[in-house]
Order: sequence, then structure tokens, then C-alpha cells
Amino acid sequence: MSMNYEDTLIELALADDRIVVMTAENRAPVRSAHARLGPRFIDTGITEQCMIGAAAGLALRGRVVVAHALATFLTLRAYEFIRTDLGIGNLPVKLMGFVSGFLSDGNGPTHQAIEDVAVMRCIPHMKVFCPADHQQLVAALPQIINDPGPCYIRYSNRDAVVEHSRDFQIGLAEVLSYGKDVTILVYGMLFKEACEARKLLEAVGISVYFVNLHTLQPVDAAAVASAVSATRLTITIEDHLLIGGLHSIVAEVCLARRLSPHVVPLALNGRWFTPGRLREVLEHEGFTGPQIAQRITNALQEV
Amino acid sequence: MLVREHVVRMSGDGGCFIGASLSAVDIIVYLYKKFLRIKAPSDPDRDFFLLSKGHDVPALYGLFAELGYIERARLKNHLSPNDSVYWHPNRSIPGVEFHSGSLGHLLPVAVGVALDMKLRDSSARVVVMTGDGELDEGSNWEAMLVASAYKLDNLVVVVDRNEFQANMRTEELIPLEPLADKFTAFGGITRQIDGHDFTALDQAFAAIPYATGKPSVVIANTLRGKGLPSIEARADRWFCNFSDSEIEQLLQELHGRAGTKLTSDTLVVR
Repeated sequence: MSMNYEDTLIELALADDRIVVMTAENRAPVRSAHARLGPRFIDTGITEQCMIGAAAGLALRGRVVVAHALATFLTLRAYEFIRTDLGIGNLPVKLMGFVSGFLSDGNGPTHQAIEDVAVMRCIPHMKVFCPADHQQLVAALPQIINDPGPCYIRYSNRDAVVEHSRDFQIGLAEVLSYGKDVTILVYGMLFKEACEARKLLEAVGISVYFVNLHTLQPVDAAAVASAVSATRLTITIEDHLLIGGLHSIVAEVCLARRLSPHVVPLALNGRWFTPGRLREVLEHEGFTGPQIAQRITNALQEV
Repeated sequence: MLVREHVVRMSGDGGCFIGASLSAVDIIVYLYKKFLRIKAPSDPDRDFFLLSKGHDVPALYGLFAELGYIERARLKNHLSPNDSVYWHPNRSIPGVEFHSGSLGHLLPVAVGVALDMKLRDSSARVVVMTGDGELDEGSNWEAMLVASAYKLDNLVVVVDRNEFQANMRTEELIPLEPLADKFTAFGGITRQIDGHDFTALDQAFAAIPYATGKPSVVIANTLRGKGLPSIEARADRWFCNFSDSEIEQLLQELHGRAGTKLTSDTLVVR
């Protein structure tokens, strides 16, 4: 059994004393770090701005900082610190956003990070990584830490539903199947539901070109261009606002390459989602596997 | 005085934040000449100076020119796109540890630098200079809470208390007093001194750290525009863009030889 996020991070930190683990009192993903890393675990309390400023100060002195907070407070409360201190400074601070998108389940709109991809990806130097699941997060962690610049990560604690390809590379899309009827582009926690939808579609003879776009900045533009060109319909799936996320990224890639594919987005269009238990949120918002499959079937009929 | 002359020369041809530079210049000169242990800007064990009130570029770079960190000729490149001498500090200037411009940033950054110095068991110190108007920003007070929690006695906060923010006196807009009590309440040990008196600066900084396990805070009472009576402590002389002849007169005024008749409309809205 492979190691979990917390153990992997701590192992990496124990082997590399540049690494400092910080949190703005979001200890859930790093519960044991205090005991195991001693003073290289720093909890600044409920101070997202100060945590980012201090992370910049540590990075200035040669540290690599992995900073944890709830995704919405991390990206928005501290946004100008991220942009100004980490972006302009191009400093190696890795921002671990907890309970992003639908993962904030019952918290309500105050906690819904559904614009995080949009706001983070436009900061120069910033990378944006949204792993499909816990396995992919863990697999990417050494690469994230060794990358010399800042990175925003949508933390995921979801179990893997597939064995991810071993030659994983940040910035390179993971293409799981090369179908000819419909293209699915997905990232983050909805990868699981999208996989379920793919199986349902394939069971009724629909061939699916399936891409896990775990890195949204820099995006694998060549992979996106190939994917949208391979079928007559592309579906983007994301627990993010329609503006600024994957759908926008696909549009940017296509415009730059003079492509005009038929793309249908499954996203949150101009509203926060209805809070509740995750299972029921997905159901209510139309993002369970069967619902996604149905929405794709409907879209195929309208092409 | 040499540094003040640089500041005055940089206040034309596009202008600069001359008032804030002149209130801070004595403190900055004192710190580099007497307090900070910096063998070279690249010395890994050096003390850190972080200028959070980024408007003081003319004072800082004027001093850097005198210290030999940058060539004096570069000061003439002020606001030229061909050099990186502009209104706020940036790291392409040797000696600048971190960029600033957005207020309330460098006290949190200083906390990170101080934490790293502690992690390395280093005896180096970090001095961060803030403005007083800048203390409206909540991030400073977050940083004081964290500095206090982590017992950062290697952190020194210097407030350039010139009593003005952009458009008016701090006490007219968002009153800061009792300011020393506020820093004390947030866990610092605070001294308040005359920021233009080198003996007072010497006494205040020689005693740092003021207590084991606590950040030291120096509130330096200053005068905005210090050294030029024609602009001192005037709300309408925040950002100034003087003509060549005014700059010549101001240089005379600096040496106490004559006053200056200012005709430029120097109250620039920003």
C-alpha cells in the first residue's frame, strides 16, 4: 500500500531540511507534522495573510514551504499576498488548498472555492495542479516540491478509482482512452464521477476520448487540441465556476490554434452550489456518474 | 546630507515621495551605518533590512549609492524603463532584500525571515521599517500576534511615525494613538524616540533586544519632509514633482542657505 499525503510530505521533509510545513490552523491534512517535524512545522493561527507573507520570508532564505489552509481562504483572503509576495517574487511556496470545490460539501457558500483555478492560474509563475485523487496527489508531491516556483494545489483525499500512469509528469495530460465519439476533459475530484460516466457510455457503445487534465497551469495545450479534434463533441467537467476554469482554458487553447470544436461545459454557471452531504450535493447538482452520462448522451443527440 | 541631496534630486522629472523619504532617511542611514551587521549584500549571515514603506526608495537608494551597492549614476535612471529604479523597491537593486509597495506586507515577510533565522540558530536579526499610516492594514497586527507567539526576539519593527498618511494626518483619519500601547498589547516591547536624533537612535538600538522572547518595537517620531522647511509636515507635499529650478533652490534650502518659492502644483492625486 502506498503512503498517504501526510506521511509522504513528512518523509520528504525529514530528508530535505529546506522543507517547512505551514498551516493557518488547518491541521487536518498534517495532523502529526508538529510532533514529527518540530520547529519546521509552523502554525500561524487563523492568519492567511501573515502565513503567506511569512512563507515568502522563509522562501527568501532558501526554504521550500508547503502551506495549508482551506482553499477559499487561502486563495481569496490571502490573494494579494500570493500574487504580490509569491508571484512577483517567484518563490517556491506550495499552496495546499483544502476542501476545494464540491469537497466543501455542507459548509455553504462562504467555504466554496469554486473560483480558485481562475484566480490562481492568471498569476505569473504560478502553477495550478488539481490531482484526480489522493494517489495522484502523493505521486506528484516530490515534483511539486522540487519545482523552483510557486504552485497552487487542490488537495484531494478521495480514493483512486484507477491506477494512474506511472510516467506521471506535472504539465502533461493523462490520456486514459482514445475514443472517437465524445471527448471528456476533467480534473480534480470529479475524475471519479467522470470515470463512472465513461463506463456507462462505453457500455452502450459510445467510444470515449478521456483526459485527466490534472495540471491546469501550464496546461498541456497539445493534448487539449488533439482531444477536442478527435471527436465531434467535447465535454468539460469541473466543480468550478464556468468563468475562468477548464472551459475557459479550452477556449483559450482553441482560439490560439484556430480550432472551433463543439464544447459543452458541465460547471457551475454563475452561482454557488447547494450545500449538503457530498453524495447529495453531487446528485442535486447533476454531477453523479449516471447524471453526467445522461447529460453527455443528451448533448450527443443535439450535436 | 549627501543622501538627502540624492532624495531632492530624485524629486523632479516624474517626481517621488519626497516627504516620506525625508522622514525616514536618518533612521535608514543610522541602521546601515551603526546597527545592521552586513559585510556584503550577499553575506549569508547578514542582518536583514526590509523596507515596508516602499515610498522611501530615494532615501534607500541614495544611501545604497553612498555605500557603493549601486553606482551613483544609476540614481539618474529614476523612472527610466531601461533601469529598475522606480517608485518602489525591487530585488534587481543590490541590497534590496525584497520588493515592497503594497502596504502591510513586509512585517509578515519579516516574521518568516525571523523564523528562518531561529531555525538556523543564527544570531542575525531582521529589521522591518513600516510607515505609520500603513499600520491601518490588519496584516501587520496578524504578524505581531504571530511574532509574539513564536517569541521572535530577533525581529525589530521600526515605525517611521511622521504622523501623516497620503492626504492628511493619521490622527485626523484613522487615529493610531496610543500606538505604543497597541504594540505592547500585541506582545512587543516598545520604545518611542526622536527618529532624527542619532544619539537617541543609538541608545534605542543598542538595547535591542529589549526582552528575551519578545519582538522589539521602535516608534521613531519624525517629521515628514525633514530638512526642507518649505515642505515639512504639509499634507499637500506627499508626492512632489519639482522643476529643475525648484530643485536647485531646495538644495540650497537643505543647506540652510535660503528658502524655496515653490510654484509647482505638487499635490498629485494617487
